[in-house]
Amino acid sequence: MKVKVLYFASIREKLGRDAEEIELPAEVATVASLRSHLRSRGGAWEDALAEGKLLRAAVNQDMSQPTAAIKAGDEVAFFPPVTGG
Amino acid sequence: MKISIQKEDFDLGVEVKAISGNPKIGAVASFIGLVRDVEMTLEHYPGMTERAIGGIVEEARTRWQVMDCSVIHRYGVLKPNDQIVLVAVASGHRGDAFAACEFIMDYLKTRAPFWKKEWSAGGARWVEAKDVDDKAAERWR
Repeated sequence: MKVKVLYFASIREKLGRDAEEIELPAEVATVASLRSHLRSRGGAWEDALAEGKLLRAAVNQDMSQPTAAIKAGDEVAFFPPVTGG
Repeated sequence: MKISIQKEDFDLGVEVKAISGNPKIGAVASFIGLVRDVEMTLEHYPGMTERAIGGIVEEARTRWQVMDCSVIHRYGVLKPNDQIVLVAVASGHRGDAFAACEFIMDYLKTRAPFWKKEWSAGGARWVEAKDVDDKAAERWR
């Protein structure tokens, strides 16, 4: 299935990209499994999305837990904890 | 209910007037956040930002009497003393106006997708999220 993935702030800078469309294998069906799928690209991906790193994710523009399901056509975003206001 | 994510500055007087028209309104509470010390660039997630703040305002309306409100957050390059954020809430009485204003601000700090990058002589650095902001938001649970 195909999903759109967005990256913001320090994550975007480390990865050198702000968005991409990815074709995912069937077993990648949650936010956490997408994160580890991306991490397996190695290099900057392994660092920016490292397991211990405090990250937030949104699915279709709603703040979501690592266990949240993703499906074809979804927009998934990864970013650091927010610092507005 | 106005929610605006914009580069331009805003005017408190104009915003307060815009939400105070209803003669049943007896109180308006407002908060303005300013840039402290250093120049910064504010980035946000267009679409999700408006949606997240809209959800926060809706939640405030379930808890207090919010007859109207205005939430404005700027992005882009901001300099020391520039206005960053405005929350103004109009209600029948001050208790609801004060509480809703503080609630919206506390939730915005921890749930709206904005990120600050500060620029100083030493270079640029992304601001880290603070525990104290999480604690401020948890008080309202």
